[in-house]
Amino acid sequence: MAQLLLVGIDSSACCQRSVDYAAQLAGSANARLLVLHVIEWSPYSFNTASENEVRHKRREEELDRAYAELINPVVEALTAKGLKVEGMVRHGHPAKTLNDIANEKGASNIVIGRKGSSRMKAQLFGSVPSTLVQIADVPVTVVP
Amino acid sequence: MSRIKSIIGLLGLYWLPLIALAQDGVDNRIDQAVKPYADAVSGFIFSSFPVNGVPIPFVLVWLILAAVVFTFYFGFINLRALRHGFQLVRGDYSDPTATGEVTHFQALATALSGTVGLGNIAGVAVAVSLGGPGATFWMIVAGFLGMSSKFVECTLGVRYRNEYSDGSVSGGPMYYLSKGLAERSDKLKTLGKILAVVFAIFCIGGSFGGGNMFQANQSFKQVLAVTGGDASWLADKGWLFGLVIASFVGMVIIGGIQSIARVTSKIVPLMGIIYVGAGLIIIGMHIPQLPAAFTAIVVGAFSPEGVAGGVVGVLFQGFKRAAFSNEAGIGSAAIAHSAVRTNRPITEGFVALYEPFVDTVVICTITALVIIITGTWDPSVDPSQGVALTSRAFESTISWFPWVLTVAVILFAFSTMISWSYYGLKAWTYLFGHSLIIDITYKLLFLAFVVIGASMQLGSVIDFSDAMIFAMAFPNIIGIYFLLPVVKRELNEYWAEYKAGTLQKFGKAANRV
Repeated sequence: MAQLLLVGIDSSACCQRSVDYAAQLAGSANARLLVLHVIEWSPYSFNTASENEVRHKRREEELDRAYAELINPVVEALTAKGLKVEGMVRHGHPAKTLNDIANEKGASNIVIGRKGSSRMKAQLFGSVPSTLVQIADVPVTVVP
Repeated sequence: MSRIKSIIGLLGLYWLPLIALAQDGVDNRIDQAVKPYADAVSGFIFSSFPVNGVPIPFVLVWLILAAVVFTFYFGFINLRALRHGFQLVRGDYSDPTATGEVTHFQALATALSGTVGLGNIAGVAVAVSLGGPGATFWMIVAGFLGMSSKFVECTLGVRYRNEYSDGSVSGGPMYYLSKGLAERSDKLKTLGKILAVVFAIFCIGGSFGGGNMFQANQSFKQVLAVTGGDASWLADKGWLFGLVIASFVGMVIIGGIQSIARVTSKIVPLMGIIYVGAGLIIIGMHIPQLPAAFTAIVVGAFSPEGVAGGVVGVLFQGFKRAAFSNEAGIGSAAIAHSAVRTNRPITEGFVALYEPFVDTVVICTITALVIIITGTWDPSVDPSQGVALTSRAFESTISWFPWVLTVAVILFAFSTMISWSYYGLKAWTYLFGHSLIIDITYKLLFLAFVVIGASMQLGSVIDFSDAMIFAMAFPNIIGIYFLLPVVKRELNEYWAEYKAGTLQKFGKAANRV
């Protein structure tokens, strides 16, 4: 079976470069691509009762929007280039979910863009790429 | 139904003049006017019979009896499912493809924010003062028993909830009383309907009273106490405090500004942790006295000295405060737990065990230990001054803690109000149906009661509304008795699978045995 590359994208504009880079890699290695967007979510957050009541509905809306605005355009563009592409949206901790999905689907590499947030901000809040690099079980390519 | 609706409509209007009269001086007259009726109702609900010279309210016996019955009927489910409940909260059985839904943890946390509150701070101080250290022992016993009640309520809440086509869910005693009893037989169908309506009426009353006015009133008292008591600039400005709180509550429940609710829902657990942490520090600083405190608790539980009514008296104080604090058997928490996403309703029952556990067995016990160990308890305390007593106990070791406690009290009160406004609204829409006007009417009434609660010394009205919360236990528990076999069947099926190890685990938990 052909190799699988996992590409993590988020809503920022950065991702075009990482998607292009992954497409190039996949093209030359004849690999399949899995484009994943993680909606930040924690199973341990505290919500009000009225939020919980409509949570199921909100989740569906969030998933629909993520597919429509982020995943589907990328998948279509890459498919048009003749690549084998799948799209996926999950809720969870971004870095942890990227790694979990990579393990689950047997991806050989994770490609992810970086926002280039300031050093101060990265120090204080961490960033998805740096966390992912720390925890990943497969090689990670960070595209600047 | 329509007659009931019009009666409740009238009751709602009847309150309106109170809002206009929420000024100084008038509150006394209103208090006098309402007193006979309020006293009659609260007198009936809290009607008591003397045991050993101690008046024991019937509703308390009703709650404890139910908790004991449930504990035995389900073979000490409160103890044997604790470990599994923890696994569920931790997410061992949560499917990773279903992330983004309401988790067990979230449902539990939401329900807890409605229960952890003034009862844990004020009520315990009163119990230890009036019942001696031994009251702590009975409080813990009642906490453990209450876990069984929550288990049954919350399982039923999820099982009989309404799931609407748009994906939102509504659950709670209204639904399990009406749908559950109808499922059992045609005769019970009418009873279920009546119980559900009665429950909803009491729930609305409780949401205005114990879940609202009482909270506003008590938090204002604590603010007064730290800002200088009667000499405080705020002394006669309860209405101002009420307006500020009401505007915040209004922003959340009418304005839909969830960010405020989200901020409080993050700060409230933090305050809880700070409170428990401070309690543990104080206990740690008095560690040499700890064995003596434990001895006093155990000895005091069985042979109390100087407590009115002896063992019965101390038992009563402990049980009463536990019941007031964790609301097990009242049915309120089942509304909050119903939002969880699971296809096994019984799992939420296991998770709900942790609610009285955290509330009563952990938090109330810490308050009690701090009060006992610092020797602050005072048998002559005025029961309405519970917060002040706990405040003094913490102050004796950490001098600035009353300020932190004030913030905690206000936030606990705020989150309890938000939770109860939701419970009340669910009951309200159960009776009157769903529409924007119906919703807004309830919410405006709710806000009015915040101001009334903070600005008035309506002692009897507050008693009355407190009585409404406990009145919820009557329809709720009557219905639950009929539904016990349903829960039993579900428990047996599930427990067999759990024991056989055929339940699917996910993630790291899948590799654990």
